[in-house]
Amino acid sequence: MAEQLPFEKPIIELRNKISELKTFTLEKEIDLSGEIEKLETRLEQLEEDIYGNMGGWERVQIARHSQRPTTMDYIERIFTNFMELHGDRFYGDDEAIVGGIAKFEGEPVTVIGHQRGKGTKENLRRNFGMPHPEGYRKALRLMKQAEKFKRPVICFIDTKGAYPGQSAEERGQSEAIAKNLISMAGLKTPIICIVIGEGGSGGALALGVGDRIYMLENSTYSVISPEGAAALLWKDSGQAKRAAETMKITAPDLKELNLIDDVIPEIRGGAHRNVDTQAGYIRQTLKTALLEMSKYDSGELVNKRYEKFNNIGEFDHVNGVMPAE
Amino acid sequence: MIRDLFSKKKKYATIPSEQAKQEVPEGLMTKCPQCKSIMYIKELRKNQMVCDQCGYHHRVTSSERIAITLDEGSFEEFDAEMISKDPLQFPEYADKSAKDREKTGLNEAIITGKGTIEGMGVVIGVMDPRFRMGSMGSVVGEKMSRAIQRAVDERKPFIMFAASGGARMQEGVFSLMQMAKTSTALNRLHEEGLLFISVMTHPTTGGVSASFASLGDINLAEPQALIGFAGRRIIEQTIRQKLPDDFQTAEFLLKHGQLDQVVARKEMKKTLQNIIDIHRPAHTGIKED
Ligand SMILES: [Zn+2]
Repeated sequence: MAEQLPFEKPIIELRNKISELKTFTLEKEIDLSGEIEKLETRLEQLEEDIYGNMGGWERVQIARHSQRPTTMDYIERIFTNFMELHGDRFYGDDEAIVGGIAKFEGEPVTVIGHQRGKGTKENLRRNFGMPHPEGYRKALRLMKQAEKFKRPVICFIDTKGAYPGQSAEERGQSEAIAKNLISMAGLKTPIICIVIGEGGSGGALALGVGDRIYMLENSTYSVISPEGAAALLWKDSGQAKRAAETMKITAPDLKELNLIDDVIPEIRGGAHRNVDTQAGYIRQTLKTALLEMSKYDSGELVNKRYEKFNNIGEFDHVNGVMPAE
Repeated sequence: MIRDLFSKKKKYATIPSEQAKQEVPEGLMTKCPQCKSIMYIKELRKNQMVCDQCGYHHRVTSSERIAITLDEGSFEEFDAEMISKDPLQFPEYADKSAKDREKTGLNEAIITGKGTIEGMGVVIGVMDPRFRMGSMGSVVGEKMSRAIQRAVDERKPFIMFAASGGARMQEGVFSLMQMAKTSTALNRLHEEGLLFISVMTHPTTGGVSASFASLGDINLAEPQALIGFAGRRIIEQTIRQKLPDDFQTAEFLLKHGQLDQVVARKEMKKTLQNIIDIHRPAHTGIKED
């Protein structure tokens, strides 16, 4: 049974009622089809109202939904011939990031993504999708390999953030992330990034310096989690809902601020409601993006990538030092 | 421990503009947070804000840093008039920025420009933690990116003194993307075969630590500087144990292979000079006997 989110309650109640009536019809052989039809129309309207008007906090909840499709769910459906490649060749294999080689529409590609677990056991193994430095270094190794063999890199972003732990710091979490940023900036092959769940801060960005950045409609991208922001701003992590709205972290927000290239629509109610269909939407976007990228040589790609990130920022000018009045 | 030092240091680290400097009465005494010696602030400043009893490095302002790093009178500032906008209309951000401008006499958390070190031209950026904790928003990213482009155009080494609590939350994803922007700019410098020296000073954390500050051809740090990705409190909550006292200090990073050297403030100019000299393009090759 799918996890139910608080704001979905009216929809779920109505859905249950309809199914009760249907069972009743079947068992008692009383024709309630008129009533059922009416309720189904109302359900349609209700879904439209609720899912069509989701705010930041509602989208955060969908992005964190326990059944939300993960990187591997999409890899299975979008690519063929996937072969996972392990290890950073320095320290270990971090299962919070998966990567490997595959084919997309018959063409070779490298695919990398943060990987959450499903259920406690897998989550422990994958550290809840929060990478250590060796995860980022594995990702970089695979990107460099892609560059050598001139195949595009596709990154799925889905993490609460890089793991905040002692061993991660000792092994150079900062350096690992930073090295990915500069290396992706100069990678001589196309990079397409898609935020599929939570895009948490530097740990997300470390797979995010691409030629195109897309976000699924109910995914988020933020410099700090809503809980973290609320704790800092209002000394109360319970104000996460307010922070989620203030911080402008949803896909539609970030598209409006021109910080991402496009929003990939989701099935009404969230990607978990039909993973196959959702994978189809992603495939379409990927195809368009890769076709477009194939027009550029590697020098043009790197230059355009520089321009893309160099243009991000909002600033003003004053004449001389401006004291506040 | 580090946090205690940090909060105590604040009171004598605020000596920015000439005007503000005069507000600090001459002859005012201060107590070293490490060895507890009492000393004149004037003497301390003469000693580059380093305690002459125990070597404790007090915080310096961006203008003081430039004064002790570059040859006298050689500094020419870039983009001094650039100030932040408020792209998210974030509560209180505009007010707080205005207050920091007034308090520090700075327009933003970074000063960039060019000058010379023992006659050799450099482009330099210096962050100032008094302004919004030195956090990186659009202006810090833009000024750095422009400074790096100047270094490329003039074929000069780029030196960055980091001092920052990380990304500027109030600019949301704009600030996160400055990590990518500065790294992308540094890649250009790298492609041009030009030198980047990163000097991490207290504190260099979060998104700044996880972007340009870690990307030096040579990474240096000042003694005892706090350097790290995640905050100590968050890590302690996550792993549910106390961290060692020296965790995330410059010395800790050196031990774990993350730094080339920890360099005392008084040795910094000489060290930079030597690195830049070794990287000068004019070398003609070893001569035959
Ligand atoms: Zn002392």
